[in-house]
Amino acid sequence: MAHATSETPAPLTLHGLSVEGVNQCVHCGLCLASCPTFSELGTEMDSPRGRIVLIRSLAEGRIGLSDSTVQHLSLCLDCRACETVCPAGVPYGRLIEAAKAEIERQRPGGPVRRAFRWINFDLLLRHPRMLRLAAAGLRLYQASGLQALVRTSGLIRALPGTLPAWEALLPPLPAAGRAPLPALTPAAGARRGRVAMLTGCVQSVVFGAHNRATARVLARNGWDVVAPAGQGCCGALNAHGGDHARALEMARRTIEAFEGERVAAIVVNTSGCGAHMKAYGTLLAEDPAWAERARRFAATVRDVAEFLAGAALRGPLQPVPMTVTYHDPCHVVHGQKIRTAPRALLAQIPGLRVVDLPESDWCCGSAGIYNLTQPEMAGRLLRRKVRHVLGTGASAVVTANPGCILQIQQGLHEAGSPVRVLHIVEILDRAYSSEGGCAPLPNLPPPSAAAKPPLERGNSNA
Amino acid sequence: MATLTAGRKPVLRRELEALVGADGVLSEPDELLVYESDGLTLFRALADFIVFPTSVEQVSAVVRLANREAIPFVARGAGTGLAGGCLPAEGGLVISLMRMNRVLEVDYDNQIAVVEPGLVNLHLSQAVGPRGFYYAPDPSSQQACTIGGNIATNSGGPHTLKYGVTVNHVLGLEVVLPDGEIVWLGGRTRDALGYDLAGVFVGSEGTFGIATKIVVRILRKPQAVKTVLAVFDRIEQASAAVSAIIARGLVPAAVEMIDQLTIQAVEDAFGCGYPRDAAAALLIELDGLAVAMETQAERIVAACRDAGAREVRTAASEAERQLLWKGRKSAFGAYGRVSPAYMVMDGVIPRTKLPYVLGRVNEIVAAHGLRVGNVFHAGDGNLHPNILYDPRKPGEEARVVDAGAQIMKVCAEVGGSISGEHGIGLEKADFMPFIFTAADLAFMQRLKDAFNPRGLCNPGKVFPTRKSCVETGPVAYRPHAIETQGLAQRF
Repeated sequence: MAHATSETPAPLTLHGLSVEGVNQCVHCGLCLASCPTFSELGTEMDSPRGRIVLIRSLAEGRIGLSDSTVQHLSLCLDCRACETVCPAGVPYGRLIEAAKAEIERQRPGGPVRRAFRWINFDLLLRHPRMLRLAAAGLRLYQASGLQALVRTSGLIRALPGTLPAWEALLPPLPAAGRAPLPALTPAAGARRGRVAMLTGCVQSVVFGAHNRATARVLARNGWDVVAPAGQGCCGALNAHGGDHARALEMARRTIEAFEGERVAAIVVNTSGCGAHMKAYGTLLAEDPAWAERARRFAATVRDVAEFLAGAALRGPLQPVPMTVTYHDPCHVVHGQKIRTAPRALLAQIPGLRVVDLPESDWCCGSAGIYNLTQPEMAGRLLRRKVRHVLGTGASAVVTANPGCILQIQQGLHEAGSPVRVLHIVEILDRAYSSEGGCAPLPNLPPPSAAAKPPLERGNSNA
Repeated sequence: MATLTAGRKPVLRRELEALVGADGVLSEPDELLVYESDGLTLFRALADFIVFPTSVEQVSAVVRLANREAIPFVARGAGTGLAGGCLPAEGGLVISLMRMNRVLEVDYDNQIAVVEPGLVNLHLSQAVGPRGFYYAPDPSSQQACTIGGNIATNSGGPHTLKYGVTVNHVLGLEVVLPDGEIVWLGGRTRDALGYDLAGVFVGSEGTFGIATKIVVRILRKPQAVKTVLAVFDRIEQASAAVSAIIARGLVPAAVEMIDQLTIQAVEDAFGCGYPRDAAAALLIELDGLAVAMETQAERIVAACRDAGAREVRTAASEAERQLLWKGRKSAFGAYGRVSPAYMVMDGVIPRTKLPYVLGRVNEIVAAHGLRVGNVFHAGDGNLHPNILYDPRKPGEEARVVDAGAQIMKVCAEVGGSISGEHGIGLEKADFMPFIFTAADLAFMQRLKDAFNPRGLCNPGKVFPTRKSCVETGPVAYRPHAIETQGLAQRF
């Protein structure tokens, strides 16, 4: 029997962004049980397979962008746990980002939401100085006692929209004047080479301590660490938030800031940034002027644990006599497929006992700004995470992403637990410090009065 | 059966919400679209409502409401089925059991567990694993599929060869009958009194009612496990090795065959360690007492080598064993790397006919201008030819359906059957006369009528349609959507 071969069907797109990847999904459903939102709700529109059906149907014009469709697509964490288990290799992260960009295009929202996005995506993330200014304002809010007043007086519940959730997550901001990372941190001991570090946008303001610890640990392992001036936000938050155009612009700027440096690697200590920067090659593939530069840049990006685990840690390491457990940030374990490196590093620290965390590779609900846009689901996933953490009996959770750290720390705090959340570079840095594990932990602010348990939905899942 | 009018829908929605809560009813067009097919995308049908009960009382109340309105209903788990078995009739209710997913009780001394139908198969083994137990039926979709769905299709899995299928592991069930009544079939012990109604219910594909509690056996994990990978340059050699293993009186826990196209797909997916240039590989697992393991393994290796295996190796670690199994169990999904869609067949044949039938499968598929990947339970003679196609290309779906029918015929002709474990569902209903006489089917219909006299519970499945002169039930003939689209015809 002979069959005429018909021409290849037109590629599927959403307003110019390819979603051709939906055709890799054969609907086997193996992703369902690994999806946190499906696990919580049991509804297939809130599963990866179901969302792929929605994205495909949107691209084919079978459905329009209804309130319902927006809600189901927006409920996706973009944690990419489904990619890890998908046998068909569906590039789910790219599909959901295209869908979120389409939502933003069609549903920019009212003036308040648009202003809010403009402040975040346009003003703060693109302009490091504005971000530092905003941080100074918030620092004043905390230092003046106003925060304590807002939290204890219940005034917080009067704040509109998602502001109470934002407020509750606000970490204690370090005092102004804590120096940003020096342009060069020279290697200690025998020099191995030179690496560059992404200092990040929010990271450098809120968690400058992690950046300094990262540089010290890299230096102790023989690396000169440079922090190129002129770097800003990598654009990951914009891409995840559906702001594709500015994500492209910020990717180009980041590449420009780094490509003059002759380094063995660009080291990143924030998982969302690392995963996003490793995908610059795909992001800019359609731009002839930038495709090759982006590909070269992406090939040198390394997560800090991935980079350090490439060789044995240099001694001497002081004992850190603690029991910890490790939480896999989504964009390390699913976005970058790094699972063994952080555990291998922890195993080298003398005195440190590492216990397994059930569902360690499940999203904690932080997911970029998800905990602010979808507080109910974020809260459910956070309580699930906290329950597992408390079950381990560990005195600290080690992880590798600022979002996870803020989220899990808040959840533990609200549960009345003294368990602390540490970045993996903090615990490595302690092993390199003379006091070892005896260094004091930072203080935490009082819990927020906004923290009330969101409504449970009718899932009997215990 | 009645079709809901536009005016009736809001009324019914309010009534359903009163039964299961406002967040337990879906009726938005995009939401219904997501539920229009299961793991077999060839068949699609839209429901009026998807309903999420959380207790047996709620299931019963929803079923009674459907009876009052004379609208069809069907239970659904994870929707990983491969025969369209949980598709709605055009319209009516899908009753999702995904919010009834608890392990209710585990009695380790008596080796039973009581579970809800929406529990994921693998989650049961994970729940009892720390105490050294597991649930033996292991369909390849076990990381996502539910025990309730396994009950419907009487699921098998690679370890069926030694441990049997789902029905061998179910002792009793609480069932909401198609009229809403709640009954227990079977019990908590191995030999329940009276008719073996639990045995009758398992494999009834959702046409006898909805299981709401299930008493299953849990087994002690075997003392020792050995996994052997045998690699062949010709597929006939692999087939011969399977026969040789069984002929030598060896009873492995599993004997799985994977062909070259499938190996390449799973290697692309997870890099599991199958050689890409092999024509076929056998994954053979032995389990049991440690003391006999070495000699058994040696005899398996010898049988494979005698059949012409170019390489035979034993998994050196648990990690390597898990990776080999991950490849095998992800095979269907991995076809997504080589094709936008596939239809899996589920034929059973006498083991000795393997080389002949595999040859015929290749001829049939090639004659239809399509490709096929084979990955299957060779020890049981349970074939899974996966016909790859592109639904966007005009005419391909119709060719797939036709090739599938011809393959089913070949399986029947050599003395086999048209389904090993996936069920008949919608997909194979019209192939039933290949295997059963009119009298056989009429008797089955009487049994179904005893459980499901009004035909509202999962209509249109298992039995060939009225046009084939067998259906005697009250269901009026309506052309299915795929018929009106010209994708399939009834015969």
